[in-house]
Amino acid sequence: MSALLQADEASALLEATINGELPDASGRFGPFGGRYVPETLVPAFERLEQGVQEHLHDAAFQEEFQRELREWVGRPTALTFAPRLSESWGAKVWLKREDLAHTGAHKINNAIGQAILAKRLGAQRVIAETGAGQHGVASAAACARVGLPCSVYMGAVDMERQAPNVDRMRRLGAEVVAVETGDQTLRAAIDEALRTWVTDPEGIYYLLGSAVGAHPYPYLVRELQSVIGKEARQQMIEQSGGLPDVAFACVGGGSNAIGLFHPLLADDIELIGVEAGGTGDGLGQNAATLATGTPGVLQGSYTIILQDDDGQVQETHSISAGLDYSGVGPEHALLQATGRVKYISAGDDEALEALEELCAAEGILTALETSHAFAAARNYAKENPGAKILIGNSGRGDKDMPTLTKYPARTRSHAGA
Amino acid sequence: MQAHKRITAAINAANKDGRPALVPFITAGYPEPDTFIDTLKSVAAVGDVVELGIPFSDPMADGMTIQRSSFEALKKGVSLKWIFDQLDSVSDEIDTPLVMMSYLNPLLAFGYDALAERALAAGVCGFIVPDLPYEESEEIRAALEVRDLGLIQLVTPATPKERLETLCDASRGFVYAVTITGITGGGAGLPADLADYLDNVTSVSSLPVCAGFGIRAPEDVAAVGRHAAGAIVGSALVEVLERGEDPQAFLRALVGE
Repeated sequence: MSALLQADEASALLEATINGELPDASGRFGPFGGRYVPETLVPAFERLEQGVQEHLHDAAFQEEFQRELREWVGRPTALTFAPRLSESWGAKVWLKREDLAHTGAHKINNAIGQAILAKRLGAQRVIAETGAGQHGVASAAACARVGLPCSVYMGAVDMERQAPNVDRMRRLGAEVVAVETGDQTLRAAIDEALRTWVTDPEGIYYLLGSAVGAHPYPYLVRELQSVIGKEARQQMIEQSGGLPDVAFACVGGGSNAIGLFHPLLADDIELIGVEAGGTGDGLGQNAATLATGTPGVLQGSYTIILQDDDGQVQETHSISAGLDYSGVGPEHALLQATGRVKYISAGDDEALEALEELCAAEGILTALETSHAFAAARNYAKENPGAKILIGNSGRGDKDMPTLTKYPARTRSHAGA
Repeated sequence: MQAHKRITAAINAANKDGRPALVPFITAGYPEPDTFIDTLKSVAAVGDVVELGIPFSDPMADGMTIQRSSFEALKKGVSLKWIFDQLDSVSDEIDTPLVMMSYLNPLLAFGYDALAERALAAGVCGFIVPDLPYEESEEIRAALEVRDLGLIQLVTPATPKERLETLCDASRGFVYAVTITGITGGGAGLPADLADYLDNVTSVSSLPVCAGFGIRAPEDVAAVGRHAAGAIVGSALVEVLERGEDPQAFLRALVGE
C-alpha cells in the first residue's frame, strides 16, 4: 500500500479519475480508499454498494433527485461576481454560492440524494454524524422531506460551538445524540455512528456527510456533490465568457471540494484545496491533513491521516468545526499524489480576517470553513495580479455566531466611512 | 509446533478435559502499565489462550468499557513497541498462547514484516484485526504466514452462508464467532437463537469456534460452552480490572471453579 506514485502511474491514475473509472471495483482511487470495516458491517456495505449501482444513475432516481434539487434545495445556486473584493485584491473574483442552497450549505445536495436512496433501499431509520452541524441540519431536513426518522451524532465540543444548529436539527424532527468519547468532535461522532450502525445493519441507513470513509461513500458523495462543479463550470462560461484560471475550495473531509473540482479536472484550471492551518504547524495545532499527514487507515479508508509514529490518530485544532478532522477523502489523497490538485492551509486568524473582509466588501457572511478558501485566494491574488478566481462559497456563517462573538469585529474600513 | 497451531491445540486440550476453553481479553497496560506483566501472568494462569488488546485512538467496534481502557492506556504511554518489549522480558515464563487484538492502523504503522518477527519472538501466535475484512487482508496475511502466525477471522450472525465458508477456511488458530449484532460489552444478554448460530458456525469450520461479545457471567460461559469450543471474555474482565479486583478469582468463578 505505498502512497508514492511513479510519474507514469500518476498520469494514468489521473486520466482514469477524469474518465470516471475510479474508484475501481475494490473501491480504490489508486492506492487510496478501500473498505476497512468490522465484519458485521460487511454485508451492509455490500448491500449499499449494490443499491448505489442500481439506483444512482437510474432514470427514476435521477428524476426525483433533480426535481428535489430544483424545487426544494433551490438549485442551481447563483454564481456571483464580487466587484469590491476583485478591486481590492486586483483580481476577478467569482463565488459559487452554495450558501444560498436550502439549509445554508452544500451539504444538502448529498443529504437529499442519500435520503432518497435510503427510502428506495427500504431503510427504517437514518443516522448521520455532524461536525459543524451543517450536515446534521441537512440530514434532518432531508429525512423530514422523505419521511424517515433521523438521529444525528455530534461531538459534545461541537454541540457547544455550534449551538444554533443543534436547535435547528431538533426542530426539524431529528434526535441529536451527544458524543462524549474520544476527541468529542467529528471523528468521535463518526466512530459512534458506526457503532450504532453495527447494532442494526439492516434497518439503519448511515447517511455519511463527507467524501470519506469506506467504499462506496467517497464515490457516492462525490457523485451527489458534483452538481456544484457542473453548474459552476457552465455559469462561468455563460456569465464571464470563459473558465477561471484557478478554483479554490476549503477541505475538511473534502465533500464540497471534490464536488467543485471533479467536474473541472479535465480543464486547464489550477485547483487549490485549502485545509485548516489552525494556530500552527505542530501536531495537534491544525487540521492540515494533506499538508502534514501520512498514509494510514482511518474510519474505513486508506488515506492520508494525522497520526503519530505508533499509528495513533491525532487530535486536530481548527476554529471551524467543519474542517476539524484528522483524515481526508481518499480521492483527495490521490489528487494530491498525482499533482493535479494543490493542497495548502490557512490559519484561524487568516480565516477570521477573510470572513470580515468578505462581509464588508460584498455583504456575504460566509462560514468559517469557507473563509479558509478566501484567505488562500487572497494570497494567490497578490502573486497573480489580474487572475480570474473561482471560489466555492460552501456555506453561510450564521451558524458561527457563537464563535464569532468571541472575536470582536476588527475591519471596519468600509462601514461608517 | 507452528505458532497458530499452538492456539488450536490449547483450545482442543481444554475440550478434551471436558470443558470449554476460556479466552480472557485484557487491554495491554491497563489499568497501569507497571502491573501489565503481573496481570497478564495472572489471567494466563487460568485462561487457555489470552487475547491482548492493543490500545487504539479510534476503537470503532468497541463499547464504552474497552474504549475507556484503550484511551487510558494510550494516555499512560502504552504502544505496540512497549508491549513487545514487556513481553520479551517474560516470554519464557508464559506458556499460554497469546493473541493480539489490534485495529489495523497501529499494525500498518509498525510494518507487517517487523510485526511478524517481533510477535513470534514475544510468544504471540495470532492476530485479530476487527476493522480488516477478508477482502483487504492479503498483505498482512502473507507477512504473518511467513512466520506461521495466524490471522483469526471474525464471523457474525449477519454473515451470509457463502461468506461464512470463506472466512472459516481463511481463519487460523480458531474462528471468532461474534455472538451479537453489535459492539463489544453488550449488556442486553445473549440472543435466543445463539445455539443454532454457534452450531452452524461449528459445522462449517474445521477449526475450533470461540464465541465472544457480551459474555459476562458463569451461565453465559456454560451456555456458549455447550455449542462452541470456547468463550472469550473481554469487557466484563476489563471492568474487574478497572475496579481493582482480582482477575483470577473472577475468571475461576466464570468457569465454576
